[in-house]
Parts: sequence; C-alpha cells; structure tokens
Amino acid sequence: MMHPVSTIHYLALSAALLLIGTVGVLTRRNVVIILMSIELILNAVNINLIAFSHALKSVNGQVFAIFVITDAVAEAAVGLGILIALFRNKETVLADEIDLLKW
Amino acid sequence: MLDTVLFYIFALLVLGGGILTITRRNAVHSAISLIVSLLGVAGLYLTLSAEFLFAVQIVLYVGGIMVLFLFVIMLVNLDQAAKERQFNRQWWVALAAVLAVGGAIGYFLYRGKDAFHFAEAAAGQAASVLGNTEQVADSLFTEYLLPFEIASVLLLVAVVGSVVMAKKRI
Repeated sequence: MMHPVSTIHYLALSAALLLIGTVGVLTRRNVVIILMSIELILNAVNINLIAFSHALKSVNGQVFAIFVITDAVAEAAVGLGILIALFRNKETVLADEIDLLKW
Repeated sequence: MLDTVLFYIFALLVLGGGILTITRRNAVHSAISLIVSLLGVAGLYLTLSAEFLFAVQIVLYVGGIMVLFLFVIMLVNLDQAAKERQFNRQWWVALAAVLAVGGAIGYFLYRGKDAFHFAEAAAGQAASVLGNTEQVADSLFTEYLLPFEIASVLLLVAVVGSVVMAKKRI
C-alpha cells in the first residue's frame, strides 16, 4: 500500500527538479543548455506554487505561477536573442570561452 | 490510488527528462528531453486540479518556448560545441555545492514534514462552484490587475529587446 500523495511529495519533487536545474546551470558549457536548465528551475518553482495553491484551496498561487511563466517567456526570448548576438560576434556558444572580463 | 500512480508516473517523466536535459551532448536531444519534462510538469498541474495552467503550460512552454529554443539551435551552429568537452572544469565544486544545498533542503523538508498539516486541514473546505479558469480570471483581473498590466509591459520590453539583440546592425 502506497502513501497517499500530499504536499510534501510535491515539495520534494520540486526540490529535486531545482537541484537538477542548478547542476545544469553550474556545470554545462553550452549556453543553450544553460538556458534550458533555467527553464527547469522556473518549473520547479511553479510546482511549489501550484502545490500550495491546491493545498490551501486558494487560487493566488496559480496567478503567481502565471506571472512566473510570463517571466520565463521574456527571459527565454531575450536570452536567446543575446545568444544569437553573441554567436555572431564571438563564433562560440561555450560559456567558459566568453572570458573578456577575465584577468 | 489512481492519483498516487499518476503522481509517480509524472514525477518520473519530470526528473528523467530533467536529468537527460542536462546530460545530453546534442542540444536537440536536450530540447526533446526538456519537452518530456515540461509535459510531466503539465500532468502534475492536472493532478493538482489546475486545469488552466495545464493548458498554459502546454501551449506556452511546449508550443512557444521550446519552438523558440529549437529555432535558435537550428540558427546557431552547434556542431563544433557538440564535439568538445560538455562540462566545465569546476564541475566537481558545483556538484559538491549542489549536494550540500540538496542535503540542507532534504533535512528541512524531513524535519518540517509535520508542519504541512495546516495544508491538509484546509482541504475539507467546500469547493467553489466556479471552474478553475473562472477563478484564475477573477483573481487576475481584480486583485492582481496592476501586476498583470506590468507583466504586459514586461512582455513588450522583451519583444523589443529580443528584436534589437538579434538585429545584424544595431
């Protein structure tokens, strides 16, 4: 017999997804995959918001999730625009080869 | 019972897709794995009875953002990047730091798991007669009207900004 799913299950799943996304941001060299990892992190936040919205029977968490999705869209659009400009100027998409500020 | 099974299926999709996203060499494979993960998140929204966000997640993320990602992957030449090292030199520091944070989060979730009973206590309340979409709309257009308008300005800024960024000559 399995335990019934409660808020804590969703919180644990969301924490795991957040950590996966953080590992992706911190360890990958490809900027495209770093941007995808940021999407994973934002989705982890959304799972948390919706889980609490469901548990508290309040719709406010879902409204906040909509704002988070709006931010994710804006971030992806501008980030990919920056990536295209970067590739045009530096001919690379590897994050550690973009080291103009490095001493 | 069905809820539990569905939760674990969707959790497997989310975490499996996430792990594949950050480990694949080919960026297109990463994008496909990310789509699987995002669809799993959409399924979780459905199990949490957030039907409007389920639709928004599929239409906006899978239909919008992921198409944008695939478009950029096609536009930018990633063949050279796929042949090189995929992880940077500080990967073990990052992994150790993330494991430490994960241990802290897991510890606090484990210690605080009894504190979430307030949430289950609220579940006994009667559900509203309105549907989920109507509730979200009511809240969005009354209580959160100003943030909603600010979000629209943010999207306008993002549109203009991404066009300027992708232009050949600024």
